[in-house]
Parts: sequence; structure tokens; C-alpha cells
Amino acid sequence: MSKRSPFLISCMAFGFAFLYVPLLLLMIYSFNDSKLVTVWGGFSTRWYGELFQDDQILGAARTSLVIAAMSATLSTILGTICGLVLARFGRFRGRTLFSGMITAPLVMPEVITGLSILLLFVALEQLIGWPEGRGMTTITIAHVTFTMAYVTIIIQSRLGQMDESIEEAAMDLGARPLKVFFLITLPIIAPALLSGWLLSFTLSLDDLVIASFTAGPSSTTLPMVVFSSVRLGVTPKINALATLLVSAAAFCIVIAAIIMRRAERERERAIAKAMAEQEQM
Amino acid sequence: MSQFARNLQDQVARAEKGGSIPTDTPRSIIQIQNVTRKFGDFVAVNDVSLTIYEGELFSLLGGSGCGKTTLLRMLAGFETPSSGRILIDGQDMTHIPPFERPVNMMFQSYALFPHMTVEQNVAFGLKQDGMPSAEVKKRVAEMLDIVELSALGKRKPHQLSGGQRQRVALVRALAKRPKVLLLDEPLGALDKKLRERTQLELVNIQESLGVTFVVVTHDQEEAMTMSCRVAIMNQGRILQVDTPHAMYEYPNTRFVAEFFGSVNMFEGILVEDEADHVVIDCPELSRPIYVSHGVSGREGGTAYAAIRPEKVALSKEEPADTSRNCSTGVVQDIVYLGGESTYLVKLDSGRVVRVSLQNAYRAAEPEITWDDRVWISWQPSNVVVVSS
Ligand SMILES: Nc1ncnc2c1ncn2[C@@H]1O[C@H](COP(=O)(O)OP(=O)(O)O)[C@@H](O)[C@H]1O
Ligand SMILES: [Mg+2]
Repeated sequence: MSKRSPFLISCMAFGFAFLYVPLLLLMIYSFNDSKLVTVWGGFSTRWYGELFQDDQILGAARTSLVIAAMSATLSTILGTICGLVLARFGRFRGRTLFSGMITAPLVMPEVITGLSILLLFVALEQLIGWPEGRGMTTITIAHVTFTMAYVTIIIQSRLGQMDESIEEAAMDLGARPLKVFFLITLPIIAPALLSGWLLSFTLSLDDLVIASFTAGPSSTTLPMVVFSSVRLGVTPKINALATLLVSAAAFCIVIAAIIMRRAERERERAIAKAMAEQEQM
Repeated sequence: MSQFARNLQDQVARAEKGGSIPTDTPRSIIQIQNVTRKFGDFVAVNDVSLTIYEGELFSLLGGSGCGKTTLLRMLAGFETPSSGRILIDGQDMTHIPPFERPVNMMFQSYALFPHMTVEQNVAFGLKQDGMPSAEVKKRVAEMLDIVELSALGKRKPHQLSGGQRQRVALVRALAKRPKVLLLDEPLGALDKKLRERTQLELVNIQESLGVTFVVVTHDQEEAMTMSCRVAIMNQGRILQVDTPHAMYEYPNTRFVAEFFGSVNMFEGILVEDEADHVVIDCPELSRPIYVSHGVSGREGGTAYAAIRPEKVALSKEEPADTSRNCSTGVVQDIVYLGGESTYLVKLDSGRVVRVSLQNAYRAAEPEITWDDRVWISWQPSNVVVVSS
């Protein structure tokens, strides 16, 4: 295609603008000196200063990060087990039901997930006295239930690509199944585990609806704080917070991309070298 | 074939017949007794019984999907027989898991551990046995030395060529000194030239270590070059177990004759059935086929006579006895193969017969050429009567 269609180019430009101009505006206005969000009052970093004085926001950020880390870890463990069952146990009775039930949270409206989990917690508390009230534990559990589905799918598809005879070879050489899993399967699917963990972490950090249902008075997450404060009017402080979040996310993505590119290039070089040697033989 | 393998073949042949001198009786290492494996309604392995002897290089030969891999996986313990028993070294192993069997397997895909170096791959099995690390190191070095890969011990599998990977897979499976090594299409992924060289290498390693090899292959030439004995499988059943020589010269079924080397197969009616000879009347040939050995067939029934292309004589002159075992035709095509040439002779009935002739002399012009009218003939002892 030597001549690029101007129509396609403008479509693409429009699309990108739609995605990134709001973010850009938000970032620019986070350096606005004025208290009014939409009026430019000169450059300043005072909102960043105020952000780091705000105990409520800092506390919520800490809560969110702890919940995200815990639920990501838990759902990676549980999701890996589910993925393993789906990918390796062949056809067993009720497999379709099992896999359907695992992936159902992907399409279930969040409001319903949140509400039903809340009802479960209330019922449980009345029956066995646990969980006592609602807080970080309940949010974590609720997040695990829906992030686990994503991890399961990632792990299942990775295991599907993996040559099963690698595991059989390990067993043939004398390793028991549990050892095979930890010495062979786990290291091979480690990248999938990492991406599953990161995805769960992000999903949990993002979640507002389910957290609102399952949170207690002492456990406000960052999205909840942002949402409630925006209802009272957007302050430049929120812009500053958002800018920090976006920058952190972008930083992580770039680092991950660089690491992956480097690994890929090294691999290609190694393969090329091996091929060259083979030809000399 | 080495002298060692030849002697073993003789011993095995004697043991199979039942009469042998006790001192040089080969020990049976694998006994497969009436093993059947079903997948749902599909029978992948059908009532197979086999004995494999210590030190043999035994091949399972058959087309794709005939159940070779399934049989091998039952020996390794990855599949359980639906019925029947498997004895390894005298012990019933039918329900023993793979990690407790004294056999190792080399996988068709090699199945190297991608996250480990070559050395770690080879050491893996030894470490599972709790071998002290100094000894592991020594054994790994020894094994890599056998396949001349000592310099590449620190590489990962993806940094190796296909041939190198194949050798790593081989020594990884051999490192534990298993009683039996199971190899699933060990040379299937190599190109032709490398494959021929590796065949001999594999036999050398097998003989020098004295490990019993069970090799699965679909390549008839490969089985013929490497094996002490071959079992031919078709649709889950074993049709014949024999040395490559016996398999080629005395196939017992039409399938074996056609699968193991090329053959001219004639269908006819058994018109005379005596103890020392039979006569088969074949409509495609102008004269009857006279076979100088008896067969257990029904007079008047259908019989198949197999004649190998190199056992057919080709001549422009009429043979001495034109009453039987000959026919006339026209040379339709000549395929030059270097060491020999294959002549395709079209008989008067329209049937095309393959005749192989050695190119022993470097003549400018072959004596017999295209469109020559020729006689084909064969000795009565060179015909094998096979069942369908
Ligand atoms: N796990 C399985 N489930 C169902 N059918 C199988 C399974 N494994 C093998 N088969 C079938 O058994 C037959 C024999 O397979 P295999 O032993 O792999 O053949 P070969 O190695 O001789 O090519 C094939 O038709 C294959 O489809
Ligand atoms: Mg196979």
C-alpha cells in the first residue's frame, strides 16, 4: 500500500485523540495553580503537595494497594489450580458446567456479583460469626471471585499450548506429579502467572462497584474516594492523583515491554546461531 | 549388523522356538501378555502378546495410527491396558506409575525441559534418584561425552540444532541406565542425511551400553537397518515378529510382504497342493506359478504369491523351461537408482511387474531398453505364498 488513504489516517487520528486528549488535559490541569479545574491559573505543583498531605487519600491508596496485592496473589493461586484442572484432567463428568461456572463472572454484571457476595457475607456472619463486619477481608474475597476467572483463562490457554510430553518426560525420569508441577510446569508457565497476577492486580485496583458493596466504614478504596469526592465537585487534587496513577501504569507497561523485547531478541539471536551451526555440520 | 547383534538374533530365535542350551539363553526383559487398549469403542491396541529379550534392539513398525505409540506408552506407564498384563524384568508392572518403572522413554518431540540447560536436563533423572551431586556431575559429563555434546552443556534447548536436541533427549533418557529404553520415532524429526548417520550412531550406543531398546518407527528401511527383531503392526494387532531378514524373505501375510520392502503380489487360485510343492494359477500370468514348498491352503481357494523384484530374472531370450514361472512382456519404464535399476515390465495381461537389476558394470548402454520384448522368470524357491 504505497498511497495511504487520507480517510483511514483521519479515522486513526480521531480515534487516538478520543483516547488520549482527555488524559492529556487531565495531566495538564493537574499542574494548574487555580482552584477551578477548568480555568488555567498558571503552572504550579501545589496540588501534588496537597495530595501528599491528604490522609484520607493516602490511606485509601494504601488500602487499595494491599487489597489488590492480596487478591491478586490469592486469585493467581486459585486460578492456576482451576486452569490446571481444565487443561489437564481431560474429560471428566461435569467439565462443561465447571468451566462455565468459572468463567461466568466475566459476563456477570458487577452490580449482581457485588450484591450477591454481600448477601453471602451477611448470611455467613449470622450463621458462623465470620466475617465480622465488612472491611478489607471481604473486599479481597469479593475481588478474588471475579479476578480468578481471568487467571484461569490465561493459565488454561498457556497450558494448552504447552507440550504435555514435557511433563510426562519428568515423570518418566522419576519425579512424582507434585514435584513435576513445581519443578517443570510452574517455571514454564511463570510468565503467564505473572501476567495473570498483574491483570488481577489492575482489575482489583480499578474496581468500584464490587468494592462499594463489600466495603465497611473503615475500608475505603481509592476508586471509592475518587468517586465520592468527584460527586462533590472535581478538585485539581484528583487530577494530580490521576496523573500519578497514569504515569505509574505507563511506566510499568514500558518496563515490561522493554524486558520482553530484550528476551525475545536474545532468543531469536540464539536460534539464529544454532541454525548457523547446524548448517556447518 | 554387528557380530554381537547377529549372535543375539540366533539366541533369540532359539529361545523363541523353545529349545536352547541354558547357558546362552537370552533373558526376557519385557513380556506383554494379551494386552488390549480401548479408547471408548475404538481398539487402539488389540490383544498383543510379545516377548522382548535383554540387549535387543527391537522395532515396532507400522503405519501411522496403528497403535505403536499407545503400546509404547503402556510400557512406559502413561497408559493403562484395558486388559492384559505387562511384565518388566519378571515383575508385573501393569499398574505401576511411570515414575516407579525401571524404563525410560525418549519422546518423539524430545520433550526437553526448556527452562533448564543441557546439563540440568541430563541431571534431572539422576537427582530424582537422590544421587550425590559429585556423582551426578560425573555421570552427566560421561553421558554428554558419548554424544559429543560436552561443549554445549551450558546451553538451553532452544539454542541447539535439531540433531543436537535429539542427542540430548537420548542421553537424558539413558542417564539413569534404565533396563529398557523406549524410543518413539527417535529419528522422525531429522532430515534424511542426518537420519542415516544417526541410525548407526544409535545402534553403536545401544550395543556399547548394552541397554535394551524398543524403537517405534514407521520407516521400514530404518527398522531393517537398526533392529535385531521387528514387529509389524496393523490396526492394533501384531502381524509378524521376526528378524529383518526373515521378515523380508518369509513374510507371513500379504500386508507384511507389501509393507516390508517392495514386492510383486499375484493373486491366483491354488490348483495343486502337495506337501513339497504347490501350483497357483494366476490369470495375470501366462504360465502357472510353481512354488517349491508346501503351504497350508485350501485347494481351489484364493492364494497370494509374493515375488521380490530382485528375485525376478529379465532376459530377451526364452528361459529353458517355459512351462511355468515365467511370462512375457514389454519394458515400459526403467528407473535408474544408481546401484540398481528398476525395470517396469508390462505383461501381455496388462499387469506391470517390477524387476530390480544390479548395475554391476558401467556399460554405456543397458542391454535391455525401453520397448524391448522380454521374458521374466523366477526360481520356484523364491516365491512366498502368503495369506491375505
Ligand atoms: N488418548 C487417546 N484418546 C483417544 N484415542 C486415542 C488416544 N491416543 C491414541 N488414540 C488413537 O489410537 C490410535 C493409535 O494411536 P497411536 O498409538 O498414537 O498410533 P501410532 O503411534 O502408531 O501412529 C489412533 O487412531 C489414535 O487416534
Ligand atoms: Mg506415534
